Amino acid sequence: MNVPVETYRLPNGLSVTLSEDHTAPIVAVNLWYHVGSGNERAGRTGFAHLFEHMLFQGSEHVGVNQHFELVQRAGGTLNGSTWLDRTNYFETLPSHYLSLALWLEADRMGYLLPAMTQEKLDTQRDVVKNERRWTVDNQPYGTWWERLPALVFPESHPFHHSLIGSMSDLDAASLEDIAGFFRTYYTPDNAVLTIAGDFDPPSARALIDEHFAHIPRGAGKPPLASTTLPDTFGDWKREVVPDDVPLPRLLLAFRTPPFGDDAWYAGSMCAAVLGLRRGSRLHRALVRERQVASDASAFTYDLTKGSDVLVVDATARPGVPAEQLEAEVVREIDALVAGGVRDEEVRRVAAMIETDFAIAMQSAQERADRLSQFATYFGDPARLNEQPSRYARVTARDVSDFARSHLHDRNRASLVYVPRDGA
Amino acid sequence: MTRVSTVPPPASAPRPYRFPVAQRSVIGSGTRLVVAPLTKAPLVSVSAVFHRGGADHDPPDREGLAELTALMLLEGNDARDGAALADYFESLGSSLAAAADWDSAIMSFTVHPDRLDAAMRAFREVLRAPAFPQRELDRIKAEHHADRMQASADPRSLANDAFAWSCYGDNVRYRRPAAGTSATVESITREDVESFWGAQYSPGDLTLIFAGALDNARAAALAEELTAGWVQGAPESRTMLVTPRYREPAVTLIEKPGAAQAELRIGHMGVPRAHAGYFPLTVMNAVLGGLFSSRINLNLRERHGYTYGASSGFDWRKAAGPWLVSTAVKTEVCAAAIREVLGEIDRIRTAEVEKDELDLAAQYLVGVFPLRFETTAAVAGALVSHSIFGLPPDYFDTYRERVSAVTPGDALRAAQDHLHRDQLQIVVVGDPAGLRADLLPFARGQIHSVPASAVESAP
Repeated sequence: MNVPVETYRLPNGLSVTLSEDHTAPIVAVNLWYHVGSGNERAGRTGFAHLFEHMLFQGSEHVGVNQHFELVQRAGGTLNGSTWLDRTNYFETLPSHYLSLALWLEADRMGYLLPAMTQEKLDTQRDVVKNERRWTVDNQPYGTWWERLPALVFPESHPFHHSLIGSMSDLDAASLEDIAGFFRTYYTPDNAVLTIAGDFDPPSARALIDEHFAHIPRGAGKPPLASTTLPDTFGDWKREVVPDDVPLPRLLLAFRTPPFGDDAWYAGSMCAAVLGLRRGSRLHRALVRERQVASDASAFTYDLTKGSDVLVVDATARPGVPAEQLEAEVVREIDALVAGGVRDEEVRRVAAMIETDFAIAMQSAQERADRLSQFATYFGDPARLNEQPSRYARVTARDVSDFARSHLHDRNRASLVYVPRDGA
Repeated sequence: MTRVSTVPPPASAPRPYRFPVAQRSVIGSGTRLVVAPLTKAPLVSVSAVFHRGGADHDPPDREGLAELTALMLLEGNDARDGAALADYFESLGSSLAAAADWDSAIMSFTVHPDRLDAAMRAFREVLRAPAFPQRELDRIKAEHHADRMQASADPRSLANDAFAWSCYGDNVRYRRPAAGTSATVESITREDVESFWGAQYSPGDLTLIFAGALDNARAAALAEELTAGWVQGAPESRTMLVTPRYREPAVTLIEKPGAAQAELRIGHMGVPRAHAGYFPLTVMNAVLGGLFSSRINLNLRERHGYTYGASSGFDWRKAAGPWLVSTAVKTEVCAAAIREVLGEIDRIRTAEVEKDELDLAAQYLVGVFPLRFETTAAVAGALVSHSIFGLPPDYFDTYRERVSAVTPGDALRAAQDHLHRDQLQIVVVGDPAGLRADLLPFARGQIHSVPASAVESAP
């Protein structure tokens, strides 16, 4: 299946992608700003995400809570999310409300600051602190979200520090920070806008002109701190975390080429051979046959800058100590490095990846978000359509080569959770 | 710079939407067949629903048997062992899921139409010739035990489990997890699984659902092939008896010393899915806590900053599932948050909702209706629910009208009739040091305190 792509740029630098599909009267609006936690300055961890919350607090012509209300009243869904190097905002609505979504997004891109108040900032600070408690501090293993990046990226690297932020840095965030961040990063030339679904392209272009064209371009943003790193860790990094958890859990990470590289696709298929679903090596060997794990999987972060990270995630069976879990996982990794993969393993994961892509592309918002991803990172949303063939081209030999060059014991980082009571 | 428009632009003309038309029939084996041909993607989603295979049919001394039986169907059959079966579906680019919920056992997968015939042949063996190997049963039971250990350490799971425990009376199945506890699953044998499957998995209790790139004739042929020669079992039919644990408000504190937050649940037994007041209840709940712009979330999150999010909802089941408010708050504001929730429950039971606020909730439910069915799996899932709850044939075609027809008076009556201020159960998972005194004002008499480690084995 092919996702239609029409792309252009407004004079103010806003990159626009249109992808028509009239299957259902649904339209997805999706905006990526090329800024994330990696752009935060020292002492302001968590700020990019706190800022994302502030974008739902109204703008010059949109009252408090009105952003959510207007979209929900229209019968739409909406949200936003913050990542290491980007922040996205999205609405999916009945298609006759396209102009509403564009108007709302334009109002906060062009006219946010008049609506910012200390009271709103203080409330969202409390909301975000509760988000931190809910997802990190009060969840078993929840700190892996910030411990793993801290382990695999050196301190000087922009992705090293916590995305959700520390309580004290959240406390330090001020309205001046909001204004500065907004002026620097929330500019049309640092954003991509995608519309996917049921719309008429000429009318959509006219609406985009009407709402976005007059917003002035930014003055440029400071460069991200360097993301250049050696190809591998060069050693085996280890961190053991005694925590309030019932079973040992291992996150074993490897540095890999960045998302977009040919070698990345081999790495992604290698992760799938290892840990995608029940037929994968780790599940079969550790969960089913040797019964040392209650769960095992593998995934990649999909980072495009400098390098990416492949992560194996395994939780012990009751009674299996952390050392044994790690030894058994490592045994599987070593076997893969030494023996490579078989053709049928690659065919299994290629078939699943192909179906998963078709499943995902049914959703208008999923199409829009992935088009924005490729527009933001590669300046070319049409690369979305190359994904199935880039996977299909990967051979067993490519995957074996990848394993040999990236999964060896000089490129590993173990983050191990052990029950605090030693159980 | 000047803004062209300073007010929200008007909508253009809406385009019509209709839920995919499904053809319903009964084939030779007594199996009900539901087919929704869809043309957008090269995918077919298949679901098999066994209406007497759910946790509501667990024998009283074998809670968790329904879930275990469903999972054991993936562990091998006369044609393939469990590992080969997983491998086979995955090599077709698919994966087979199996689970028992409260009201049925459901197996489902999504596959490219060119590989559908092969998947269906393997699926036939899964349903009709399972091997139930002892080794895999022992493993699945151990994995369930690991899941229960994780649930006992996770404040969210603890809160949900403890809420069910304080909501339902001693002998009510809903009181304990659908998948069973470690203790109830421990005693289940291979013979139990085999006989549950033999009795409860029967073609006459099966609904087969196809949604996606196939036509009615192909679906009918595949369904006939799947069920041909399948002999009826002798299913047990159980009727769920549902009674509340307490007839008055009660406070249960699940003690987790040092917890960074308080997980909070407030609610009581609700009503069955087939209740005639479903639409007024749904719209009323949407106003109260069903969406981001609902009263409870705006109050707790946007006005007070007490939480990352707060919601309310009915857990719809064949028998009366719970209605509950869920949130997690900073320990120090737990009592204040409870007061706000109780205040919102009082408010929606006291005064009619303004038309404008009702419209927000109803228009949301109406507008997101097509958004819910973008994928073949989502359409199949909707048809699964439709078959489980025995909803009327025109249900999807009239859903939006019926939501829109709810008046402020209907919503007020729904709240007055079905939200029971004098039966609310309050469950908190958190640090007892900070909470016990704060919770006392909500407890008429005493707080039921249970250490987190004892929730799993609580009577």
